[in-house]
Amino acid sequence: METAIKTGSVKDKLISEFETSKYFLFGNTKLREKAMESFYKQGIPTRKHEEYKYTHVDSMLKEEFYFSANKNCNDEQIERLKILKDAYVVIIENGVFVEGLSNLQNLPKGLTICSLVDAVKSNSPVFEKHYAQYADVNADPFIALNTAMTKDGVFIHIAKNVIIEKPIHIIHVSTAFENTIINPRNLIVVDENSQAKIIESFEILDSTAKIFSNALTEIVINENDIVDYYKIQDENACLPDRQELGYLLNTTHVIQKKQSVFSIHTFTLSGSLVRNNLTLVLDGEHSESHLNGLYLTAGNQVVDNHTVVDHRKPNCNSNELYKGIINGKSTATFNGKIFVRKDAQKTNAFQSNKNILLGEAGTINTKPQLEIYADDVKCSHGTSTGKLDEDKIVYLRARGLSTESAKKILMYAFASEVVDTIKIEPLRKYIEGKILNHLNN
Amino acid sequence: MLSIKNLHASICGKEILKGINLEIKIGEVHAIMGPNGSGKSTLAAVLAGRSEYEVTEGEVTYMGIDLLELSPENRAREGVFLAFQYPVEIPGVSNVNFLKTAINEIRAYKGLEPMEAKEFLRMLKEKQKLVELDGKLASRSVNEGFSGGEKKRNEIFQMAMLNPKLAILDETDSGLDIDALRIVANGVNKLKSKDNATIIITHYQRLLDYIIPDFVHVLYNGKIVKSGSKELATALEEKGYDFIKEEAEA
Repeated sequence: METAIKTGSVKDKLISEFETSKYFLFGNTKLREKAMESFYKQGIPTRKHEEYKYTHVDSMLKEEFYFSANKNCNDEQIERLKILKDAYVVIIENGVFVEGLSNLQNLPKGLTICSLVDAVKSNSPVFEKHYAQYADVNADPFIALNTAMTKDGVFIHIAKNVIIEKPIHIIHVSTAFENTIINPRNLIVVDENSQAKIIESFEILDSTAKIFSNALTEIVINENDIVDYYKIQDENACLPDRQELGYLLNTTHVIQKKQSVFSIHTFTLSGSLVRNNLTLVLDGEHSESHLNGLYLTAGNQVVDNHTVVDHRKPNCNSNELYKGIINGKSTATFNGKIFVRKDAQKTNAFQSNKNILLGEAGTINTKPQLEIYADDVKCSHGTSTGKLDEDKIVYLRARGLSTESAKKILMYAFASEVVDTIKIEPLRKYIEGKILNHLNN
Repeated sequence: MLSIKNLHASICGKEILKGINLEIKIGEVHAIMGPNGSGKSTLAAVLAGRSEYEVTEGEVTYMGIDLLELSPENRAREGVFLAFQYPVEIPGVSNVNFLKTAINEIRAYKGLEPMEAKEFLRMLKEKQKLVELDGKLASRSVNEGFSGGEKKRNEIFQMAMLNPKLAILDETDSGLDIDALRIVANGVNKLKSKDNATIIITHYQRLLDYIIPDFVHVLYNGKIVKSGSKELATALEEKGYDFIKEEAEA
């Protein structure tokens, strides 16, 4: 399995790796073969693909890559990655669930957390019912690749009528000394009338090589659930001099049943390339979704947020706010699709993308796409890209602030609209600190 | 304290101030009045260091230093305060954080340690009372969603917190109803001392019923054409600015 992909056709190398390893992987081989077939048809997207026009994943995949890396982390290192003092912590190291490093003692009644491998072994009916049912392998080559090649990840099941008070924190930590591709995958199923807060963070430690993480999470939200989901993407943060080793392709597919409330907050603070494909399906009446995003980019970073909000049932609300501060030669892309299906009358769908461009060398691509097939709906979208407001800088300087601190205070204020949506107090403090740190550099 | 000599300033090549001379001593209150377009706000902006105005001639000495050489923030740090005619709304920046940052940057400039949190809070409460500013407004974003009167009161609140040596109030009375005007005037009067000076720029005499100036100057067409005592303001109110224009053009 330790064959490296050398130059030449990346696609062929991935396929040959799949052929040699497929029988060692968990679960249904047929499902994996079908996914690989779809991947073969779709191929790795190039800049000619509309959906990947601004995010050139193919160029970085041209290098030599391995498919697994040794486990390296110790408890002390993991300790540094914990954000909250009190949380159920799941460690996924190089794409594999590591029970020994996780903190899952005394799980409350109704909460199941285990590896995908164990979920298959134990024949969990919930797992079997929901696994690989939502993210369509034919919709995106990276969904297909993950479905074919994933080795592990976490399965979280919350039974009905349960409130999980403590947040669940999934930490993806990678360490690699050779270029590595990993395909971690999560399945989260919340049964009806339950509540939870989940944080998923992405970090790289002590590495000398690139890590391409093709991570996928499916989330099933049932009737009357209230779930808050936080993504913290800060892969280069722990690397000396913020080396550019982290490449993250993060697919998230959420399905919501009636009267549920789901909020997802995506903070992208570092990473050489970060592509988020977030799809949220409102598949039950009177459900409500909040999608918040904040990206702070610098250097040569590429950050691309593709979101899809799919209103399939009437009387649902969705509210989307993505904000970015773009520095250096970095590129930020926002593509927000909203579908309102024929039956989804009385839909309220709002979308806003605002960017601040610092300097002259950065690039922002922003594209709202609304497709509305119902007639009684309220939808709006807005985008703005600008520089920091001179009048505000003048006002702050007139009170004794230096130009630099005036700018910092204004950028922080811009970001705070998203930060203020964080409902876990220590997490909000943590993100505030990260942002201030970012603005100081 | 402040000495303005033959000050000429222009914006986009158009000369607005055409030779202003003004001497202000510590402890004094000066009112600068004048019709619209006479250059009142330009004078305030030049003193505060707004970069869109170009000083083409003359000098301004403040406490023995060349004021025109200082950046806007250093003018503020040296004790010059401009109450804006149109205060800017800054969503997301709380009044309290903004003032804490401002005070500590001013202190750092003077080589002082940051203010103790306790002391800052004490001062915050005390000064809020002075301008009868609701505690809720103080903790909200700077001027965001404030009414016109609240914005002006917030300017005086900031002035109280920063305790300037020279305060320039640019049309602080415009858009204020009589109750708000009294509160603002009352705040300014309480902040007045023998150690500071105030310049009140206004179109109308009404504010001067509440803040009694030591001197009144009339600005017309970029020059001070008449100076006098409080009575000059009353005369202007009665006769209008026309008699000044006639005198100036005669």
